[in-house]
Amino acid sequence: MATSAPAVAARRRMTPRRYMSELGWRHLVGVVAVVYAGFPLVYVISASLSERGTLTGSNQLFAQVSTANYEALGDTYFWTWVANTLIIAVVTGVGTVLMGAAAAYAFSRFRFSGRRAGLTALLIIQMFPQMLAFVAIFLLLLGIGNVVPELGLNSKLALICVYLGGALGVNTFLMYGFFNTVPRELDEAAKIDGATHGQIYWTIILRLVSPILAVVGLLSFIATFGEFIIARVVLQSEANWTLAVGLYGWVSALLEANWGLFAAGAVISALPVLALFLFLQKYIVGGLTAGSVKG
Amino acid sequence: MSSHQPPTLTTPERPSAVTQPRTSHASTWGRGFLVKLALLAAVDALGVYGVLAAWSAESHGLLAVLVVLLVVANWVYFSRRALPLKYILPGLIFLLVFQIFVVLYTGWVAFTNYGDGHNSPKGQAVEALLVQNERRVEDSPAYPLTVIADGEELGFAILTDGGQVRVGTAEQPLEDAPEAEVSDGVVTAVPGFEVLPRPTVIERQAEVTTLRVPVSQDPEDGSIRTQDARSGYVYLSALEYDEAADTMTDVATGTVYRPNDDGQFEAEDGSTLGVGWRVFVGVDNFVTAFADARYATPFLKILAWTVAFAVLSVITTFLLGLFLAITFNDPRLHGRRIYRTLLILPYAIPGFLAALLWSGLLNRRFGFINDVLLGGAEIGWLTDPTLAKLSVLGVNLWLGFPYMFLICTGALQSIPGDVMEAARIDGAGRWRTWRSITLPLLLVSTTPLLISSFAFNFNNFTLIYMLTGGGPRFQDASVPLGHTDILISMVYAVSGVDGSAPKNYGLASALSIVVFLIVATVSAIAFKRTRSLEEIN
Repeated sequence: MATSAPAVAARRRMTPRRYMSELGWRHLVGVVAVVYAGFPLVYVISASLSERGTLTGSNQLFAQVSTANYEALGDTYFWTWVANTLIIAVVTGVGTVLMGAAAAYAFSRFRFSGRRAGLTALLIIQMFPQMLAFVAIFLLLLGIGNVVPELGLNSKLALICVYLGGALGVNTFLMYGFFNTVPRELDEAAKIDGATHGQIYWTIILRLVSPILAVVGLLSFIATFGEFIIARVVLQSEANWTLAVGLYGWVSALLEANWGLFAAGAVISALPVLALFLFLQKYIVGGLTAGSVKG
Repeated sequence: MSSHQPPTLTTPERPSAVTQPRTSHASTWGRGFLVKLALLAAVDALGVYGVLAAWSAESHGLLAVLVVLLVVANWVYFSRRALPLKYILPGLIFLLVFQIFVVLYTGWVAFTNYGDGHNSPKGQAVEALLVQNERRVEDSPAYPLTVIADGEELGFAILTDGGQVRVGTAEQPLEDAPEAEVSDGVVTAVPGFEVLPRPTVIERQAEVTTLRVPVSQDPEDGSIRTQDARSGYVYLSALEYDEAADTMTDVATGTVYRPNDDGQFEAEDGSTLGVGWRVFVGVDNFVTAFADARYATPFLKILAWTVAFAVLSVITTFLLGLFLAITFNDPRLHGRRIYRTLLILPYAIPGFLAALLWSGLLNRRFGFINDVLLGGAEIGWLTDPTLAKLSVLGVNLWLGFPYMFLICTGALQSIPGDVMEAARIDGAGRWRTWRSITLPLLLVSTTPLLISSFAFNFNNFTLIYMLTGGGPRFQDASVPLGHTDILISMVYAVSGVDGSAPKNYGLASALSIVVFLIVATVSAIAFKRTRSLEEIN
C-alpha cells in the first residue's frame, strides 16, 4: 500500500502512538494468530513425549519428556503403514506425472481429430470427484479380484491403479497450459535436425516443463498421502493399511489409551509432508493458486 | 520410448532424416525401440495372464475388455498412424477403467436394488437358495467319511455301501477312486490327496462342517455334508427350481414361490425367500431418498447442513485469511516471512491428522480444551448437536484459513500499484479505495478458488468422519446417521461397506449422483457468474 523507501525513513520518526495504530496492532494480531495456528501442534509434540500415553496424561504440556511412545510404535504396524503410504504415494505421484505429462504433450503439440472434444471431456470428467464413486470402485475391485487377486480388494497395487485413474482428469489441464508456454519453434528446430517425436518429448520438452512436473508430482503425493475414503474401502487387512486408515483405527477404537501412540505416529507422519511444504513452499503455492485444492 | 541423443544416431540414416523428417520411430531399431519393445512385451505378458485368468474364471466381461485393451495397445505402439494416442493411451486406459467406468457404473447401480439380499444376478441367487436350504434326506444312509486335503482345499472321501471309495471336493463332484486304501471300513489313503489327521480336522472344524461336495454334476442330486467329520449324509435342497416355469417350490409344504418385481421369490401369501437378485428398480432409490420417511427426514436435514457447512466454511476461512493477509500486507512490518511460515503450518500437516488431533483436543472429559483451558468443564463439544456443528466449523477454520491467507496475499500483491495511485489522486479515502478497487479485484482472482473450495468442503469426508463420525446420532432415525453427517458421509453410512449397516449399494449410488448434480450445478452457475464479473471489470 505504501511505497517502502520513504516508509522506512518515516518509521524512525514515528511516535509510539502512531506506531501502534499502523504497525503495532499487526504484531498483536500476528502473535494471536500464531498461537491459534500453533498450539495444537505444540500440544501434539508434548503428548507424543508424555510418558503415560493417555489423553488425560497429555494435558500437562511437557510435564515429562520420554520417548516411550516412539519406542512403542515399533510393536505395532506403524512402520508398515509408513512404508505402505510412502510406496503408494510415490508410485502414484510418479505415475501421475508421467501419464499427465505425456497426455498434455499430445494435446499441446499434435493436431488430431477429437483433440478439442478430448479436452472438453477431460474438463467435464474432472468435475466428478472419484471418491463419490467409491461404491462402484469397491464393486469393480470385488469383480476383478475374483479373476486376478493381485488387482482385487485389499491390494495396494489396485489402490494405486484407482488413484492413477484420476491422473489425467485432474492434472492434464494444469500441465497443458504450461506446455503451451514452451515455444513450438524449439520442437520444430529439433525436428529439422532429425529428432523424433520421442526425442523431442524426453530430451527437450520434459526438461523445459520440469517446474510444473514438480508441482503436479508434489500435489499428487500430498493428496494421496492423506486420502482416506477409498483407501479405507479398498485396503482391508491391517498389514496393508495406509497411515490415514491405521491412525484413524487407533483413535476411533480406544481414544484414551492409544493417544500417546497416535501423537507419536502423527508427529512422524506429518514430518515428510511438512518438510516438503516448507522447502518447496514457492512451488506448491504457485500450483495451488493455479487452480487445485489440497485433498 | 526413445531417449538416444542425436550423435548416436546411425550415420546412414541421417541424410534421409534431414530431407524427410521422421515423425515416428516405430520401426527403427534404436535404443528407444528396444525399450518400447521390452515394455510392451511385459504389458502383453501380464495381459495374456489376465486373459487366461478371466477365461478360467468365466468372467466374460473382463475377458472382452482385456482382449480389446491388448489389441488396441499393440496397434497403437506398432502403427505409424496413431501418434497422439501413443502419448495419451496409458493415462487414458486408467481414466477409462477407474474413472469413467466407475462413474457410469455408479449411474447403473443407482437404478438397481444392489445390496444385501440382492447381491448377485438371478442365476447365482437361485443356486444360493438351493444350497442354503439343503436338509439331510431323512433316513438316508450314513457313509463312513474321511476328510482329505489337496493343498489348502478340503475334500471328502466316502465309502459307499458297495465298498467303493468316492472322492470329491467343493469344486469337483464325487468320482470313483479305485486306488484308495481302506481299512476297518474307513478310507485311510487316497492318491493325490493327504488324509487330514484328527487334530487338524478339529482345528478346521468350521470349514469342514460347511463344506459340501456335490454328488454329481446335477445339483438336484444334492451333496454330501458332515457334522462330525466321521459320517457323511446326502443333503437335498428343500426347494426345487423349475426352470421352465421360473418358480421355486418348497418340497415339504408345496408352496410355490414366483419371482416378483423386487427381485425376490414370493409366495401367494406375500412371504419371500431370503436371497434375492439384482433387478432394475427405476427411480425407486431416488424416491426413497426424497420421500421414504426413514431416509428422507435425515436426508433433508443432512442436505441442509451440508450446504450450510460448505458455504460457512468458505466464508469463515476466507474472512479470516483475508483479514490476516491485509494485516501482513504492509511492507514496513518486520518478520513477515516468519509469520507467514508459522501460519502456513496447519495447512502443511495432512488433513486427517488435524481432524484426529482435534477430536482428542475437544474430547468431553479428557480433552485439553475442557480439562485445561476451561478448568474441567465437561462441555460436549462433539456430542451436543449444536456445539458439534460449531466445532466442525471451528476445526475447519483452523485447517482452512492458511490456504485462504496464501491466496489472498498473492491476490493483494498482484493488484497493480498504479490503480491504487489513480484512486488516491482521484481523492478516494482508504475505505473507498478498499470497497471499490481492492475488494472487486480480489474477488475476481479468488472466486474460482472459492468455488473449488466449496466443492471440496461439500465432500470433506475426512474431516467429518474423523472428527465426529457424523455424530451425535439422530434420535429418531433407524439408519446410523447423525447431526454433523454431510452427504458424502451419509453415502458411506448407507452403502454399508464398513459393515456398520446393511449394505445398500443402490441407494448409496443414487445419493452419489445427487451429490454430483448439486456440486456440478453450483460450480457451473458460479463459473458463469464469475465470467460476467470479469467482463465488467
